[in-house]
Amino acid sequence: MSDLQVFRQETRDWLETNCPQSMRSPVRNADDACWGGRNWTFKSEEQKQWLERMAARGWTAPSWPAEYGGGGLKKAEAKILKEEMARINARSPLDSFGIWMIGPALLQFGSEELKQQHLPPIVRGEIRWCQGYSEPGAGSDLAGLQCKGEDRGDHFIANGQKVWTSYGDKADWMFCLLRTDPDAKKQMGISLVLFDMTTPGVTPKPIKLISGSSPFCETFLDNVRVEKNQVVGEVNQGWTIAKYLLTHEREMIGSFGLTDAGSDTLGQIAAKTVGVEQGRMNNPLLRADVLKWEIDAAAFALTAERVTDEVKSGQGVGATSAMLKYYGTELNKRRFELMLKIHGSDAMIWDGADSNGGWVPRSWLRTKGNSIEGGTSEVQLNIIAKNILGLG
Amino acid sequence: MAMVINEEQQMLKESAQGFLAEFAPVSELRKLRDEGSATGYNADLWRQMVDMGWAAILVPEAYGGLDFGHVGMGQIIEQTGRTLTASPLFSTAIIGASLINLAASDAQKSELLTAIAGGELTTALAVDETIHHAPTQISMTAVKQGDSYRLNGEKRFVIDGHSADKLIVAVRTSGNLGDTTGISLLILDRNSAGVEVERTEMVDSRNAAIVRFSDVSVSADNLLGEEGQGFSALSATLDIGNAYLAAEMLGIAQESFDRTLQYLKERKQFGVLIGSFQALQHRAAHWWSEVELCKSVVLKVLQSLDQGDPRSPAMASIAKAKLCEVVELATNEAIQMHGGIGMTDEYEIGFFIKRARPAASLYGDYNYHGDRFALLSGY
Repeated sequence: MSDLQVFRQETRDWLETNCPQSMRSPVRNADDACWGGRNWTFKSEEQKQWLERMAARGWTAPSWPAEYGGGGLKKAEAKILKEEMARINARSPLDSFGIWMIGPALLQFGSEELKQQHLPPIVRGEIRWCQGYSEPGAGSDLAGLQCKGEDRGDHFIANGQKVWTSYGDKADWMFCLLRTDPDAKKQMGISLVLFDMTTPGVTPKPIKLISGSSPFCETFLDNVRVEKNQVVGEVNQGWTIAKYLLTHEREMIGSFGLTDAGSDTLGQIAAKTVGVEQGRMNNPLLRADVLKWEIDAAAFALTAERVTDEVKSGQGVGATSAMLKYYGTELNKRRFELMLKIHGSDAMIWDGADSNGGWVPRSWLRTKGNSIEGGTSEVQLNIIAKNILGLG
Repeated sequence: MAMVINEEQQMLKESAQGFLAEFAPVSELRKLRDEGSATGYNADLWRQMVDMGWAAILVPEAYGGLDFGHVGMGQIIEQTGRTLTASPLFSTAIIGASLINLAASDAQKSELLTAIAGGELTTALAVDETIHHAPTQISMTAVKQGDSYRLNGEKRFVIDGHSADKLIVAVRTSGNLGDTTGISLLILDRNSAGVEVERTEMVDSRNAAIVRFSDVSVSADNLLGEEGQGFSALSATLDIGNAYLAAEMLGIAQESFDRTLQYLKERKQFGVLIGSFQALQHRAAHWWSEVELCKSVVLKVLQSLDQGDPRSPAMASIAKAKLCEVVELATNEAIQMHGGIGMTDEYEIGFFIKRARPAASLYGDYNYHGDRFALLSGY
């Protein structure tokens, strides 16, 4: 057996022994996922076990270096782990902006001290992070941000308002963009800083969305002390890292267009719900819409795969994250419009015994934000037109 | 399998690109059209393709072929979509070679495939009888009489049917319209007694034919495979054909995009380049994104065919359907963004929309393949 075959067998055996039964099903809704953090209340003993067991091996962040608590897996091994988890429908042990966003940025741009301080608690799910990017006056035009960080020698004093802070009221730390040089050109003079949400002067306030949930906050910064050793990269050079993070965010949000392994496909959901006669779904117009979506979704999933493979082999054109973000989010919106058509009047039930907390209509409304957050579809099309097509 | 092409395939792609751009650009198709070419293709060009080994790519080595695989051949066909090159490559070296390889006996293969690889034989597949693709709706009959079959019926949209040396015909030897069993495959000379070929010049300036068979006698030795059992080889060949039509349409979608993008960077109105207008930028960016998806499905179906993946039929329908959709978008946007000049015959962009529709229609359009994909998916 090759090393990889051995790794696969060991991984399979370990998962078989260590993945609790209730963790072998897709996450039903946002409340069902494990986000960790200081204030986290586990939904079940098994959710806690699953996180602890995976974190102990560093498998919450499989490809991060072991010295920072990660799994230290090679790409091929990380892929096997993913496949083996999918094989038994194992859900992710931890959903985390630490793992998805600030962690990779720290690995690339952070000082050794910052990596040592922040990465291990992220892997263990002990510290939950939020992102302080957008402001009331800086949405699509993010570089126009005005939150200021005044230089006080060994620290900054931050003042201003952030908005669309994901789970700002539940997070422990924020990674935040501040204007630290008010005289520099727009993109210059921005720094990426880290601070604890319990620092005096930080006030997150949840925003209720059309979906009824409050995954975002507006966060007020009132004379917040930010230590200079918590600047990621160089002072006033934060825009480069911010763009790197936006690319990550685009990829993450774009992946909403992918169907989770182990879940029913839209076609299967539709077929079960409206019925099939003589091989064809009963409702021909719905069938036409569903099959068109399935074809696009298959093509999109293959494209995500191809882009990754091209980057690995050095063939890619790069800058495709804008396309994946644009297409994936539009696809996800279409998916939920079809979910409404499939489930008919049941899809209108906001709150009811068999409605999984109104999951269909609430998710449908939530998807409307997918093509806004992380850069609107229109901004993605601008990026493609300018950076890839060279249209000025 | 990684979704990238290897170095050899990349080299073939580049050499095809160079060769076709030099010897078979769009202007060659215009010339063939304006001269009223009898065959619809340039025999010298075909000879050069054969000399480069293109006719042998899908033929197994045992029969004098290169056995280079579908991903390799797909690179060439994609390039012929960029140059709109007319040649027997599709109907002979892809459809003919694949069907014979799938259905025929060793003796037949050794005769026919060797001839195809050497450029000594061209073929045309006659399958459809109705205006919409329906490979089980075969009413043309072949009645066995002693050692031969007597053929009666009519076939439409027979690509290269006016020029090919031999016709491969899907006929009904038993069963009813719509049955998959009872379909047989026969190969015969185009100029056999009782075969009437009506050349139909198509919108793409390429040639197809309506072929009528009246009491045509064909030896039972010319049966490819078992009597009544031809459908599985036919169906697998149509999957292959659709994968290549998708590859050709990918070439069309990319070339019409590249030409339009260039135009957006040259054409001025209101004192500025029209490519500076956001209304056009966003449409171009959307179009580009759709083409990216097309690249993935085309590569995937070619890889699936090379690997003998059981999901190949579904993948073929996904690829064909997606490309039908996007090539329609691409060619319509190309004309619209070129404005008035795009409507002129003198300008080449019109040739792309005219080739795109027959390529989409052949062996099943979007509706056919969307329906088939859903059926294969259980709904």
